[in-house]
Amino acid sequence: MFLTITTTGTPERPATDLGFLLHKHPEKSQAFSTSYGKAHVLYPEADAERCTAALLLEVDAVALVRRGKGKGRGGAPDAALAQYVNDRPYAASSLLAVALSGVFSSAMRGVCNARPGLPAQPRPLRIEVPALPARGGPELVRRLFEPLGWAVTVEPVPLDVRFPEWGDSRYVRLVLESEALTLAEALRHLYVLLPVLDDAKHYWVASDEVDKLLRAGEGWLPDHPEQKVITSRYLSRRWSLTRQAMERLELVRLAEADDSEVEDIDNAVEAEGETEEKPTPLAVQRRDAIITALKASGAARVLDLGCGQGQLVQALLKDPAFTEIVGVDVSMRALTIAGRRLKLDRMGERQAARVKLFQSSLSYTDKRLAGYDAAVLSEVIEHLDLPRLPALEYAVFGAARPRTVLVTTPNVEYNVRWESLPAGHVRHGDHRFEWTREEFRVWARAVAERHGYGVEFVPVGLDDPEVGPPTQMAVFQTEKNDVNVKEAKAA
Amino acid sequence: MSETTTPATEGRVLPVTDLSLVVLVGASGSGKSTFARRHFKPTEVISSDFCRGLVSDDENDQSATRDAFDVLHYIAGKRLAAGRRTVVDATNVQQDARKQLIQLAKQYDVLPIAIVLDVPEQVCAERNAARTDRADMPRRVIQRHTRELRRSLRQLEREGFRKVHVLRGVADVEHATVVTEKRFNDLTHLTGPFDIVGDIHGCASELESLLGKLGYVDGVHPDGRTAVFVGDLVDRGPNSPGVLRRVMAMVKSGNALCVPGNHENKYGRYLKGRNVQHTHGLAETIEQMDGESEEFLAEVRQFIDGLVSHYVLDGGRLVVCHAGLPEKYHGRTSGRVRSHALYGDTTGETDEFGLPVRYPWAEDYRGRAAVVYGHTPVPEATWLNNTICLDTGAVFGGKLTALRWPERELVDVPAEQVWYEPTRPLRTEAPGGHDGRPLDLDDVRGRRVVETRHSGRVSVREENAAAALEVMSRFAVDPRLLPYLPPTMAPTATSHIDGYLEHPAEAFAQYAADGVERVVCEEKHMGSRAVALVCRDADVARKRFGVDGPTGSLYTRTGRPFFDDESVTETILDRVRAAVTEAGLWADLETDWLLLDAELMPWSLKAQGLLRSQYAAVGAASGAVFPGALAALEGASARGVDVSDLLARQRERATDAASFTEAYRRYCWTTDGLDGVRLAPFQILAVQGRSLAALPHDEQLALLDRLVEHDGTGLLQTTRRLYVDTGDPESVRAGVDWWLEMTGRGGEGMVVKPVGAVVRWGSPRSSEAESGGGEGRLVQPGIKCRGREYLRIIYGPEYTRPDNLARLRQRFLNHKRSLAIREYALGLEALDRLAEGEPLWRVHEAVFGVLALESEPVDPRL
Repeated sequence: MFLTITTTGTPERPATDLGFLLHKHPEKSQAFSTSYGKAHVLYPEADAERCTAALLLEVDAVALVRRGKGKGRGGAPDAALAQYVNDRPYAASSLLAVALSGVFSSAMRGVCNARPGLPAQPRPLRIEVPALPARGGPELVRRLFEPLGWAVTVEPVPLDVRFPEWGDSRYVRLVLESEALTLAEALRHLYVLLPVLDDAKHYWVASDEVDKLLRAGEGWLPDHPEQKVITSRYLSRRWSLTRQAMERLELVRLAEADDSEVEDIDNAVEAEGETEEKPTPLAVQRRDAIITALKASGAARVLDLGCGQGQLVQALLKDPAFTEIVGVDVSMRALTIAGRRLKLDRMGERQAARVKLFQSSLSYTDKRLAGYDAAVLSEVIEHLDLPRLPALEYAVFGAARPRTVLVTTPNVEYNVRWESLPAGHVRHGDHRFEWTREEFRVWARAVAERHGYGVEFVPVGLDDPEVGPPTQMAVFQTEKNDVNVKEAKAA
Repeated sequence: MSETTTPATEGRVLPVTDLSLVVLVGASGSGKSTFARRHFKPTEVISSDFCRGLVSDDENDQSATRDAFDVLHYIAGKRLAAGRRTVVDATNVQQDARKQLIQLAKQYDVLPIAIVLDVPEQVCAERNAARTDRADMPRRVIQRHTRELRRSLRQLEREGFRKVHVLRGVADVEHATVVTEKRFNDLTHLTGPFDIVGDIHGCASELESLLGKLGYVDGVHPDGRTAVFVGDLVDRGPNSPGVLRRVMAMVKSGNALCVPGNHENKYGRYLKGRNVQHTHGLAETIEQMDGESEEFLAEVRQFIDGLVSHYVLDGGRLVVCHAGLPEKYHGRTSGRVRSHALYGDTTGETDEFGLPVRYPWAEDYRGRAAVVYGHTPVPEATWLNNTICLDTGAVFGGKLTALRWPERELVDVPAEQVWYEPTRPLRTEAPGGHDGRPLDLDDVRGRRVVETRHSGRVSVREENAAAALEVMSRFAVDPRLLPYLPPTMAPTATSHIDGYLEHPAEAFAQYAADGVERVVCEEKHMGSRAVALVCRDADVARKRFGVDGPTGSLYTRTGRPFFDDESVTETILDRVRAAVTEAGLWADLETDWLLLDAELMPWSLKAQGLLRSQYAAVGAASGAVFPGALAALEGASARGVDVSDLLARQRERATDAASFTEAYRRYCWTTDGLDGVRLAPFQILAVQGRSLAALPHDEQLALLDRLVEHDGTGLLQTTRRLYVDTGDPESVRAGVDWWLEMTGRGGEGMVVKPVGAVVRWGSPRSSEAESGGGEGRLVQPGIKCRGREYLRIIYGPEYTRPDNLARLRQRFLNHKRSLAIREYALGLEALDRLAEGEPLWRVHEAVFGVLALESEPVDPRL
């Protein structure tokens, strides 16, 4: 957790002016307390020609971990293991930015009582950050600093020299050089852009962050070509619906018990921004196709199996023909987000009576799912390992047995038409498989045969003459006179 | 069950069935409450007055009557559902009131019994007058009660009461006694052992062969075993009279029990002269019986008439009936129960052969009692959810099957020929074994309590079950191949030795205090926990675990497959299998599958992502930052600025960070395919029919050494170990030295376990604990002692600095220890259930519980 600021000078404008600008005497080593540890300012070199100030933050790693608030039994800390061993003591993260603004607050504001004219003058500056976490890599670092007038040198730090096959770490060594900027500008750039590049997950952003961003970004942020990235990353934890629902420590613990990261298992909800704010046309087309098929089947009571963030449930609610809509998902996070999207807690009673959301799993039979007119499995089956598919098949077609079942899944043949998708790649990290049209049909027909359904296939999206549509949909209908097992039993 | 209207004599005896709804009928003041108090437990009696009080604070508030009866019916319903006799203390003089109660009795399939207190109106009135709270009750109310009672008397049986006791006059009421009668189907006191025989259908010769094979000599077993016939003795086959003769004689002599099948039932109706169709083989029976004497026919009629729909046997552990019975009907008595027991449940559909489609009740079955039944011909008798169908189609050329109980062994004889052509081909109707039928969500969802043999009830909280459901559904291997998950392990008590957070001295001391004398120290492998289920071949996997294709599984501590590529898993299983074969363990352990607890190395194989994003990242950041920071400090120092403390501290931190990097690097090596991958098994958890969790660790390790020795592929690795006597200072010192030496060379540490494996406090010998009579709680099955350098990965690079250590020593171990024991108990339970061939949902329930507990809040560094 370290950076240096170097300036050069002439006898008229000595480099040691840096001491005035920073309000820190070059011949002393000074220490300041911050909430995360002690910050030190010292000068490895200080003469008229060249002066370097170093900011070193000694992070108290043990104190970093919050104490549990009664959740962890016996007063033990209730936190993710990741909080105990992390890069905070070493990397130039948001903690360093906080220290920067605390220790050099007047320099950042461009105030110098002893030499009032000094802060406004640009001077040669060289800033070095030896370990800067940079999500987005050297490329983004350049895109963030170069428009501000910095000459940027950025070198990736290898993850471990012993294992070259692991490649580079997310850290870079950053050197910024400029003749045209003031120190105050430089500090404000760092104050905003260090945490933006860090994009860390474990630190809460306080509620007055917007004001802080506006203040620190004054004069440069509004015109920055990457303004959107900067703003959204800086404020990401405050705005994102997905992050708010992240406080699922149970899953964090299960991930850690297995030496994996929580993102690996709590990935049912897509990263923010994708389908969230601006649904892709394909998602809309899929939804339309599903609703058309549901209406054609005459279904009134509908299950959305694997409802995710509840987009389809929301669309179905708008049509009074659907009298009961049940969204189920195995991911509690998805259900929380779906509940917020639908504003369940503020919905009128009559409307709320039409919709239900609950956790279920298609690897198990679930009595609550029996007796519905239709079930939708939209982009669900491909998230299951193939050997587990028979369990889903039985749970849906054998046990729940709605009259109509709609299944959509990607058509892998179409992947060649996605320009952004590297050859041989699946469309989503959690897709366990993607099927050709033939593979899907073979499966669907066998399912229909085994469980007494008829099946038809509907293309969703542009039906490419060569590779077919991007999404394929199977519409299963129970054969006539088929009596629902459970209904018959109840009768 | 005739109306008991005999004149009052001293001491009338009223038989009342043990599970029934007893309805007292009598006017206000007739003495119902007194009678109820005298003859029944206070908790058995629900009075309408009491319920009135509950809802209105006034026992005599007539405006609360409707609500009061709602409450009364609700409570009665709960009691009857739980199988408890219930006495309703209300006037019940109106037919409408009684009708609701009869309905309630039917709903819960218990006998409705009426006890009428027919006391003169004058007496009632005087009694009420003497009571302050009823003194103002108008005389006409009692008059009306009496009138209605009189009118009711004759019609009580017609209303549906199965027993009616009428007590006339005060003396009759005063002197009556109630005796509790058992239900006919309650034979829980009979413990057998039993031989339960499937559908015979007139195959007399096969029956004789089977009885012979079971050890019966002329219908009598020399060891006093009892035969139990599941019905369908007659029809279709060549010799129904012969079968009837044999079975009836055995029942008569007390060597057998018999429940009716639908075929006896129909034949019985024929014998009573009812008009029945002579289909489904009845014609054959009628023809064969033609030559029998009138006397025999009468006996047969009487025999069939006396058959009880089902029996509950062996302390409630066994239920025998013809067509299967859901748990809520066990031991119940109603027309519905009888019909279920005889015909089973159907969906109302007919299949392509025109036969009724049966409702798959066994799939839903979650009861504790084993249900043994017949009725539906299947090619093989297989257990499904603790139920088994023994009709293996003897008459259709299949075989005649019997189940030995409690041994749970199947014994069968082949049919001598196809005696009757089946309408539809024999096929198994019990899904789950072979087609991936999933478990039900109710097996795992929400707050649960799992009964364990070793540690009582273990509860799982709802939020933890929800998290486990997510992981289990989306990432785990097929539950059929996931019969166990390893429990978490508590670390040793915190050491106060300088520079150490954990030290083996504490572990030895803890076991010594727990009364464990002999412990084994096992090297802690530097890999990931792995459980391997290894079947001898795909056929065994299919037969025992019901999966088509894989020959086992290899999964992590949360049930995820180790390798995405199934062929890699199969290659590893192949290698283990070869070693098992070479070592001769299949034969020695009398098994064709085994379940191994092991460590898979290197750690980097599985934890690659974590290593890179977490550990290597810390190493990279620290490696990048310190050279510059130290140079800056040295520069300032050279200029005469006093930074000596800071510089010294930063140098230390740089050293700590370098040690950290070294620590995690030991867990990484490059693998190419399976080259470099190693598996170190340290316990055989279970084999066919046996949990080996209680096998002492020295014997375990000896078996595993043999296994490793016979591995020709370099995959398997032994576990180094040292035995320590916790009471001998010399031995303890040797243990400490061993650990120091091992961790000094970069080893992860060791796990200390009682040699006796499953040990209870104060009883160091495992055999005692195993026999179930163990006193005291379970002691920790293992305690981990992690090396000083390894702990840097857990507590951070700088944890060894004295001020950090001082703070870190305040760690709270109790919850972790309790968690370790609870998970261990669930793990043992899963193994026991697996070994005993219990249904999948029972095994899965315990396994799921372990996963759910893993998501409980506990300091993750422990």
